[in-house]
Amino acid sequence: MTSSNFRSWPLFLVLGVISMPLVIMYVYLFVDTVTDTTAGSLIPDRFTLHHWRFLWEEPETGRVSIWTVTLNTFIFAICTTLINVSASVTAGYALSRLNMPFKRFFLGGILTLHAFPTITLIISIFLILQMIGLYNTLIGVILVKTALELPFGIWIMKGFFDNVPWEIEMAGLQDGASRFTVWWKLVLPQVQPGVAALAVFVFLSAWSEFILPQVLAPSGSAQVLSTYLSNLIFDDIKPDFNMFKSVGVFYALPVIVVYLIFNKQLMNIYGGGTKG
Amino acid sequence: MRISIENFTKSFGDTTVIEDMSLEIGDGEMLALLGPSGCGKSTTLFAICGIHRMNAGRLLFGDADVTEVSSQKRNVGVVFQNYALYPHMNVYENIAFPLKVRKESRAEVDRKVQEIADLVHIGELLQRRPVQLSGGQQQRVALARALIRKPDILLLDEPLANLDAKLRLEMRSEIRRIQLATGITAVLVTHDQVEAMSMCDRIAIMDKGRIVQLSTPKDMYENPSSAFVAGFLGNPPIAFLEGTVADGGFRLANSRVTLPVPSGIELPGDGAPIRFGVRPEFFQPGNPLKVSGKVSFVEIQGREELYDVTLENGAVLRSIQAQSAGFRLGEDVSWGIAQDKVLAFGPDGNRL
Repeated sequence: MTSSNFRSWPLFLVLGVISMPLVIMYVYLFVDTVTDTTAGSLIPDRFTLHHWRFLWEEPETGRVSIWTVTLNTFIFAICTTLINVSASVTAGYALSRLNMPFKRFFLGGILTLHAFPTITLIISIFLILQMIGLYNTLIGVILVKTALELPFGIWIMKGFFDNVPWEIEMAGLQDGASRFTVWWKLVLPQVQPGVAALAVFVFLSAWSEFILPQVLAPSGSAQVLSTYLSNLIFDDIKPDFNMFKSVGVFYALPVIVVYLIFNKQLMNIYGGGTKG
Repeated sequence: MRISIENFTKSFGDTTVIEDMSLEIGDGEMLALLGPSGCGKSTTLFAICGIHRMNAGRLLFGDADVTEVSSQKRNVGVVFQNYALYPHMNVYENIAFPLKVRKESRAEVDRKVQEIADLVHIGELLQRRPVQLSGGQQQRVALARALIRKPDILLLDEPLANLDAKLRLEMRSEIRRIQLATGITAVLVTHDQVEAMSMCDRIAIMDKGRIVQLSTPKDMYENPSSAFVAGFLGNPPIAFLEGTVADGGFRLANSRVTLPVPSGIELPGDGAPIRFGVRPEFFQPGNPLKVSGKVSFVEIQGREELYDVTLENGAVLRSIQAQSAGFRLGEDVSWGIAQDKVLAFGPDGNRL
């Protein structure tokens, strides 16, 4: 933006000042995890890796190793993403293209569910999980999280499928491909940016999910990072805030990595091959 | 492959688009379905390729009844109006897709793609993506993809509608060349009479779901069965004179001028409203049957000049003349109609 009648530096200045607290917070979050500060001072004065000891030290009795918890979180997020994406691309296609009965009813239902405040369901979900024996298991949380995220995914994917020209499917059928091949080889690649965006979205949403694991799988081997993190300050008599911050950074790292990797996919939207 | 459509009826919900239509297309023939938008020509095309189910009637390819056969098994190649290329595949993959679906061997696919790419002159574009191609090139790719399986029938749905004028001219002859080279039976859907006349062996002109006339381009131009057909073919279009039958002649409306009626036309009784259709090339200064009027519009087209002449009763006749005829706007002229070329239409629009 170097046009002569638009100077960009005032804008940058204003934005810089507004976002300064955020930047300072992040900087301190990171700096505090590798330093110690003398009480009463704002400036850290000693370098230490002490706050990261949770990574290599044996956990205290009654606590679970961070690595188990991390593995749990990955299983939770990845399973939720896989189930959600595969259900969304099939259901979204069906709602967008197939001439099925009760289509309007389904669409209305999905919209309603999407707008529904999920937290109000938590007690009944809790009871159901306990009844079928999935309380305090990872599978239970995965199923519940997937179910609650599904309406959003289906709705988004339906929107993407709606934008794929009919002619591409007609051409595919005419070329001798089965309905499934057409969907798999011709239509799905057109909505690939949508699939990528949805997958990233669901993954991050599951990764940062706190309430569901807290209520439905609160203890022991089914813990995920968010509940681990909260237990860290609730349980201790003398909370170690710097270690809390370190776990926080550790918890945030995969999110940053996911953004860095999928940034391109999210931005790279296909230009259509049809000229109109 | 011969195509026979027998008593074809198609409706969407309560709207009947096509009712009881029958049409026969000969082996190796190229037929145009011509008509205004909404006349049912695309519906007919999609019924032939199997995208639309027929509500009633039969469809035969050769002697085989394919009415209930699915699109995939009909062996019909289709070129869509917007080409419908697969955007995520390059040109090679696009053309090879129908063969890949049939699981043909790599070497076989390679050979066939090369062969068809040479036929449609896109041999050097195989690694490009559809977005990197011009409209004409996309069109050629779509043609290649439709032809690679050696289909029995080629269907073209407004293939030239998205091209600019110059390319349209080029692709017109290209499509015809490829059709003749492969000897394939082809159906072209278009609303452009020039395309239909220049590319096809026969034209089926459609209106409101019916075939109004089915004939060769030349015959249809010279012997239209109705005022609708006469008005649809020809550019600049035919001009109509309103009038009535009076004393065995044609009395122009709001005028005392009576024109003699060409021989061989059976007139209805005196006072019946009829119309004369005069094509621009048959209204010339040199012809004997004179009518007078004022030049009300001049269009210089380089090789030809186009004039509108407003007669005393307000009717307008068109004339197309060779270069440098040099008439000016507002000039009073008295030009002649070629009497034996006049087309007369009855009150219902049918030819007399």
